[in-house]
Amino acid sequence: MRFTSAVRKVSLGMLFLACLWSASAVMAQDVIKIGVLGVMSGPAASWGLVNRYCAEASANMINAQGGFEIGGKKYKIEIVSIDDRNDPKVAVSGAERLIHEEGIRYIIGPNIDPTSMAIVPTIEKGAAISIPYAFSKKLFTPPAKNSILGMIASYQAGPVIYKYLQDKRGIKSIAFVARNDSESLNQRDEGVLAAKALNLNIVAASDSYETGTTDFFPVMSSVVSSNPDLLVISGAAPADTPLLIRAARELGFKGIISTETAQDAKVISELAGDLANGFISVGGASTPAIRSSYMEEFIKNYEKVAGEWNDEAGTKVYALEIILNTIKAAGPAALTDISLFMKAIDTFSMPNPYLKDNRPLRYVGLGDFTQRRQISVPMVVTEYQNGDFQTLFVGEVAN
Amino acid sequence: MGQVLINGLYSGVQYALIALGLTLIFSLMNVMNFAHGQLYVLGGFVTYYVYGVLGLPFVVALLAAGITLAVVGLLFDILFFRKVLARSARDESTMLLATGTALLLDSLFIIFFGEKHRGVPTVISGVMRISNNIFLPYSRVLIIIISVAVIVFFILFMKYTRCGRGLRAMAQDREAAKLMGVNVDRYSMFGWALAAMLAGLAGAMLVSVSGVNSGLGTWLSIKAFIMVMIGGAGVISGAIIGGLMLGILESFGSSFLPGNQYLAIFIALIIFLAIRPRGLLGRQ
Repeated sequence: MRFTSAVRKVSLGMLFLACLWSASAVMAQDVIKIGVLGVMSGPAASWGLVNRYCAEASANMINAQGGFEIGGKKYKIEIVSIDDRNDPKVAVSGAERLIHEEGIRYIIGPNIDPTSMAIVPTIEKGAAISIPYAFSKKLFTPPAKNSILGMIASYQAGPVIYKYLQDKRGIKSIAFVARNDSESLNQRDEGVLAAKALNLNIVAASDSYETGTTDFFPVMSSVVSSNPDLLVISGAAPADTPLLIRAARELGFKGIISTETAQDAKVISELAGDLANGFISVGGASTPAIRSSYMEEFIKNYEKVAGEWNDEAGTKVYALEIILNTIKAAGPAALTDISLFMKAIDTFSMPNPYLKDNRPLRYVGLGDFTQRRQISVPMVVTEYQNGDFQTLFVGEVAN
Repeated sequence: MGQVLINGLYSGVQYALIALGLTLIFSLMNVMNFAHGQLYVLGGFVTYYVYGVLGLPFVVALLAAGITLAVVGLLFDILFFRKVLARSARDESTMLLATGTALLLDSLFIIFFGEKHRGVPTVISGVMRISNNIFLPYSRVLIIIISVAVIVFFILFMKYTRCGRGLRAMAQDREAAKLMGVNVDRYSMFGWALAAMLAGLAGAMLVSVSGVNSGLGTWLSIKAFIMVMIGGAGVISGAIIGGLMLGILESFGSSFLPGNQYLAIFIALIIFLAIRPRGLLGRQ
């Protein structure tokens, strides 16, 4: 009896140890932590949440394949997200937490100039790299070196769109309306410079609206009265864009409306409907005409993570993929040593897995920042028609 | 100038609807409900699903939003505020509770409704051309009519019904009302339901014009407080005047001080409160 009991205890003990061992074996699998820092609450929540969902969807795809291989070893990808509420103070404390508590070296975000600028000293001191979705040239121009622009900047897309519309649709006058925050106003000012360079007649450039505005009739009444051929919405949040379009059209505006930021077709369709037909914006890799089967798979994973697809993700899908592949090219030591990552930037190139044409995905920015501190996200200029974006043309930042 | 005034009146009647609920809660229970904007947002989301997703008539969506928000208001009172008010006489307790509920609702909205801005098809399409330079979409005309009707109904209800008189008595002197036989717990509950319903109806109407997203609540709460401070806290007519004034100030600010309208509004508000701290019609 006593013997049986002892055998049972030993068996149970062995089983427990076996479980412990297998659990520790799983836990011991190497993990790469990637941070996502951005606005995930408030009216601009979609900007940061789309970054987060993109990173999580990409990580899920990689983990489902057993992990990402670097130096012959497979690593699981773990995404650590922090909401900075578009507040520079919160962004700094978030960056400190990611770098010093989580040991993260690569951060996707933040989303606007003030938060992206605020974390620069923190990432420099903490030897980390950030991929902001903010356009201030100071972030990417020497002596700054730790930030890499994650998308096409408005001052890169603006001139291309204005020139296209000048050549193809014969626009002669232009008006700007911007949200009253430094990011959007900066984009407007860059747009004004680009329009001047093209000799377009700028008929309005001082109108702005506040964050949280729900009625855009007042601001649009003023802009529409200037009767431009092209009305540019600078730095438009996806929540505001369709309302601005709708207000302009209801006020009788017949010209072209455009923006240089990514938008979502469903949001535009729900809020502006057919009034938004002809609206021009910059998308990513999401239009059916250009996306690859890998992008189709990503969209399915994104829908699992976020519940539904968001066209904004087409421009934000690239960050995690290029971070991991650059680390792979730089070698495993780059997981902790960003100087190796920075060295690899100049020569790094991979086929863009999200586009059918597999054009190279690399780092650019020599023209605008004098160093390669921008992901070569394709500049997919789209036109909204009856609920969907149609690709007008695909451009790119040259070098 | 005509367009500016019309824009201001349109915003003003909706703001009045929002401010009415906030001032009702303040007058009945001395609670500054920082989650009032979130109640508005919830009304918008209910309408989005009932009218936009399920495709039921807009009137059904309005009713659904009103009823849902009335229930939420009841739950606010029963689960949160009544308990805290019974245990703490300090204003800070309810202020902290209201802030907490606002944050809670914001987080729940993101979880359940997502990050996207939501909108529904226009209830009535077309634009009324009042003159060469003055436009008013029919959807806005409809909202102005419904808002004014709800405000008038609310005033008549408060003035001529037994329940309304009870609520007014509570607002004037809670203890005296209790001594006169007013069931203050029941009326508090009703006041919460009514206030939340007003915010929900405002949100329900607005979603057809401006849409709604999870993060709108805080900014709307701030606006609602500005209206109440202008008109005078706890006074129904003050809330209506405050709402109309804010709408008109915003509209004029957008046209004549582009980019600085809120700077101007806040400076004017500080000066105004320094001269008249109880607002236009507030009690001493």
